[in-house]
Amino acid sequence: MTAEIHKKPGLETLRAAISRLEGHSDRRRTVLPFGVREIDTRLPGGGLALGALHEVAGGGNDALHSAAAGQFCAGIAARTRGKVLWIVTRQDVFAPSLKQVGLSARRTIFVEASSDVDVLACFEEGLRHGGLGAVVAEVARLSMTASRRLQLAAETSGSLGIAIRRWRRQTDAADFGQPTASVTRWRVSVLPSGPLPVPGVGRPRWLLELIRARAGECADFEVEACDAKGRLAPCIPVADRLALPATLADRPDQEKTWARRARA
Amino acid sequence: MDADPEGDRLGLEKLALWFQHRIAPIVAVDAPDGLVLDTTGADHLHGGELPMLKDMVHRMAGAGFRAKAVVADTWGAAHALARYGRAPIAVMPPGNTASVLADLPLEALRLPSPIIEGLATLGVSRIGPLAAMPRAPLALRFGPDIARRLDQTFGRMGEAIVPVRPVDPVEVSRNFAEPIGAAETIAKYIGKLVPLLCQGLDERGQGVRRLDLLLHRVDSRTEAIRVATAMPVRDVTRLTRLLCEKIETIDPGFGIERMVLIASLAEPMDRRQTVSSLIAEEETDVSDLIDTLANRVGMQALYRFAPVESDLPERSFCRVPALAPEETKNWPEHWPRPTRLLARPEPVQAMAELPDQPPLFFIWRGVRRKVKCADGPERVFGEWWKNDAELTIARDYFRVEDTSGERFWLYRAGDGEHGETGSQGWFLHGIFG
Repeated sequence: MTAEIHKKPGLETLRAAISRLEGHSDRRRTVLPFGVREIDTRLPGGGLALGALHEVAGGGNDALHSAAAGQFCAGIAARTRGKVLWIVTRQDVFAPSLKQVGLSARRTIFVEASSDVDVLACFEEGLRHGGLGAVVAEVARLSMTASRRLQLAAETSGSLGIAIRRWRRQTDAADFGQPTASVTRWRVSVLPSGPLPVPGVGRPRWLLELIRARAGECADFEVEACDAKGRLAPCIPVADRLALPATLADRPDQEKTWARRARA
Repeated sequence: MDADPEGDRLGLEKLALWFQHRIAPIVAVDAPDGLVLDTTGADHLHGGELPMLKDMVHRMAGAGFRAKAVVADTWGAAHALARYGRAPIAVMPPGNTASVLADLPLEALRLPSPIIEGLATLGVSRIGPLAAMPRAPLALRFGPDIARRLDQTFGRMGEAIVPVRPVDPVEVSRNFAEPIGAAETIAKYIGKLVPLLCQGLDERGQGVRRLDLLLHRVDSRTEAIRVATAMPVRDVTRLTRLLCEKIETIDPGFGIERMVLIASLAEPMDRRQTVSSLIAEEETDVSDLIDTLANRVGMQALYRFAPVESDLPERSFCRVPALAPEETKNWPEHWPRPTRLLARPEPVQAMAELPDQPPLFFIWRGVRRKVKCADGPERVFGEWWKNDAELTIARDYFRVEDTSGERFWLYRAGDGEHGETGSQGWFLHGIFG
């Protein structure tokens, strides 16, 4: 993408002019790269923008229990620095699972708010503070006004805000189509796990749909779920995987090593 | 044993101080056998009115007292319900005083016994009929007490609660020649009082854990703001901000003539050495954010999870305060754990080969799912050292994936061979991402 920009100096000056008009020309935008080339090249700036609000929802049944969406957000939060604020209305996060994507329980402070209004208030307060690595909040309804407030709070402090959209009923999930002020919008759906040469469940896979990206384009990615450091990985073609010796495939950490080898 | 009224009174006063320490800033002794608290603006720190009452009664029970606790609109109504109501713990909905109290005996009204006897001679023994009687003849015969007590109980007349004072707190106050009422004015004077308080704390080397702002109104009622902090604080801007966020909760009425700011719980501040940036990157302090959030949602709604050494998933974690010292333990990582753990395992219908094969299919919430692949079993035994009934219990956990790719955490209650290890039924306990 950068190569493209160099070819078009006109486009670059136009971008600079727009960003000056938007009023944040003085601060360089920082991003949190996913470390997966296919995703990072599709996102403006080469990663998930810090100082911005992002929305994540689960696809299918995951819209209700947000297991994959939650794990995806935990993986992102794990790769930030500093404490993480996680705001919920009903608590069902199983803390050991956060540890398994690299988000330590010592870093994660949970807030159990009684209503969506309280969730949004705490969310905004957390984003405004600026000392947190990431603020994650599970909300059902997110209006344009509320999301704009959150986006402004995130912009002023430079914190990363992630709204996990989670609904009580499947019919309410249509709410995800409503416009909000968030910078990117993702949908995470579970896919059958990668095949193993032995019986058992392989590394989980997700379908990541980038439904909306400000100054970017929509895209779909098939990825392997977060590892113990919160990093995603591109799916490896089945043919490569089957060529690997079976003895290496029984432990998740070893799976990582051979995944690296397979790429090399 | 002889009655010791003086000793009782002293004991009650000590208890009142303890309640002031724990629950709310305005606490007074309601002699001879009770305490009265103004919990307006303090209940949210304890998770709401009902949990607060339960906590109070539970703590009293722990100290060997059987107590009754009631929240009502007025001192009089709460007094009556706590002594003559049926339930040991009750929260009276606002505005229902008359209907709730109608059936209670006259003794509940805090009237002197000659008056009660006199009314009994007239055939009046309940509050409802008394409240319905014309006032003038009653006042002529029994004096003004009846009307006064009725008005106090039903909230038509104010009744000041003069709070007990803790011993020697850091306290600053300000009197106003003209009563103030506007939120901006209150904020301005909070901004003037807090630096004085912080100066006083500085002299003692203390930081505040709990701060009470009492606002005395011209109609002799007292409004209170209480804020709590997770760690001792002596920072003027932080304390001012915490107090100012609560201004909207107070009702200035016809005006406030006196403001008192009391550091009702102060602790020594220990100074920490900041880490040099050469060694490690300094972690940003978030305790101010924690305080702001805790004063909004309550301290117990802010927590971290900490590992507990238990194989049973629902017992493997506990909640610790957000700023508690960091623990060194960690959860074992041999097995993947689900992102979401259901509060209560949900029974599913499943078919599996015995003794230790994963299910072939299962039906959860009316949807039949065929299992494509599975990991397990992970056997978990009951904790016999906690509970005799768990001596023989076992669970076999499986991580299964259905044909659509959704991953679940199922377990069988029992080891699949011995009947005493469980019902051999299947349950869904968690959902993987």
